[in-house]
Amino acid sequence: MARLFPQIICGFFGVVLFVLYFLKAPSAKSLYLTITSDYWQIIFAFALLVGVASFIRVNIKKLSILSESPYVITGLLGLFAMPVMALVWGIKGDSPFMWVFENVQVPLQATVFALLAFFVASASLRGFKARSLPATILLISALIALLSRSDIFGWLGNSALEFSEWIRSYPSMSARRGILIGIGLGSVTTSLRIILGIERTWLGKDR
Amino acid sequence: MDPGTIVAGILTIAILSFLYGDNPVYKMAETLLVGVSMGYVLVITWTNTLMAVLFKPLFLESQFWLVIPFIFGLFMFGRFHKSTSFLSRYSMAVLIGSGAGVAIPAMLGARTLRQMTATVEMVQGDSFLTIFSGLVVVVGLFSTLSYFYFSREHEGIMGRSAKVGTYFLMIFFGTTFGYTVMSRVSTFIGRMDFLLSDFLHLTN
Repeated sequence: MARLFPQIICGFFGVVLFVLYFLKAPSAKSLYLTITSDYWQIIFAFALLVGVASFIRVNIKKLSILSESPYVITGLLGLFAMPVMALVWGIKGDSPFMWVFENVQVPLQATVFALLAFFVASASLRGFKARSLPATILLISALIALLSRSDIFGWLGNSALEFSEWIRSYPSMSARRGILIGIGLGSVTTSLRIILGIERTWLGKDR
Repeated sequence: MDPGTIVAGILTIAILSFLYGDNPVYKMAETLLVGVSMGYVLVITWTNTLMAVLFKPLFLESQFWLVIPFIFGLFMFGRFHKSTSFLSRYSMAVLIGSGAGVAIPAMLGARTLRQMTATVEMVQGDSFLTIFSGLVVVVGLFSTLSYFYFSREHEGIMGRSAKVGTYFLMIFFGTTFGYTVMSRVSTFIGRMDFLLSDFLHLTN
């Protein structure tokens, strides 16, 4: 029963949303929007709260480990400071909440993102070797994409830039389309399996 | 100097210190990022979703139908105890079931039929280059699809087509890789520009 009822609800919502997609009546459109917008947003918001609660639980457990405690305290301080600041001073443009967002979160995120440039570069140096024809094609197309916005391509003139644009807009895009169609067909198959109750892995294991 | 610039500069250096090796300063900055990001998302979700979409309409505007997603949302907390963990399956059932129902027509339309239409339309044109480019896309698309077709062994025409598909895939991976690296490098240049000019005042 603990697995059957959720499966019935899942199938019911699947069939209802599928049918609602094709109905033109305003009430049907409104119900479709209500479920895909409000229902989803609310349940996702609660899922986020569960995630935050879980994060706090795990970190409190880790507090007893002396070597980890400074990091745990820093993480928890960051987590609690934001809602406290929002409660006390609000979240308007000139509030301390936004100050922390602009001067702590944004630079940290941007630098972590930038740091990956080094790891991508070092991994590509080790991995990019023209051992076979496909590997050579990969290497050449990556080089064309990389150099297309550099001064080297600028010196070569417009035709070099046009060629790199052509590579991106035609051969590269055809493979991208192939992958997208594959994803589309795969999603349809998986969705059908879920609605019909063939795919049940999302139910997890009985605890 | 603006205190915000000092804080941002110190935190930027703390993250960049990872290039030297994993160290406590980097770990501190990393956990601070995790905590602050989670706190930010929590506040924004509370304000924009829970208050604006759920609590205000439910309790102030008497939109009682919102009780249904509210209950399904509360069921998510069932995961914290063994005896109530089954409740979260009901919330998941709503999300996954409705997601699957929406995905079938949406994926067939946007990801499959529209892509096919756009591909075929590309062959039409006046100049030789347009028609040639369109044919390249058609050949690339079908050869890529044949590479992912596993119901028949990749032998004969099928094998050759799949092999051509690999080349097109390599072009796609190569260009995607190139543009990804470029975006990362431009972000890095932005951070270095901030450090050297705004924070350290070494350049203009």
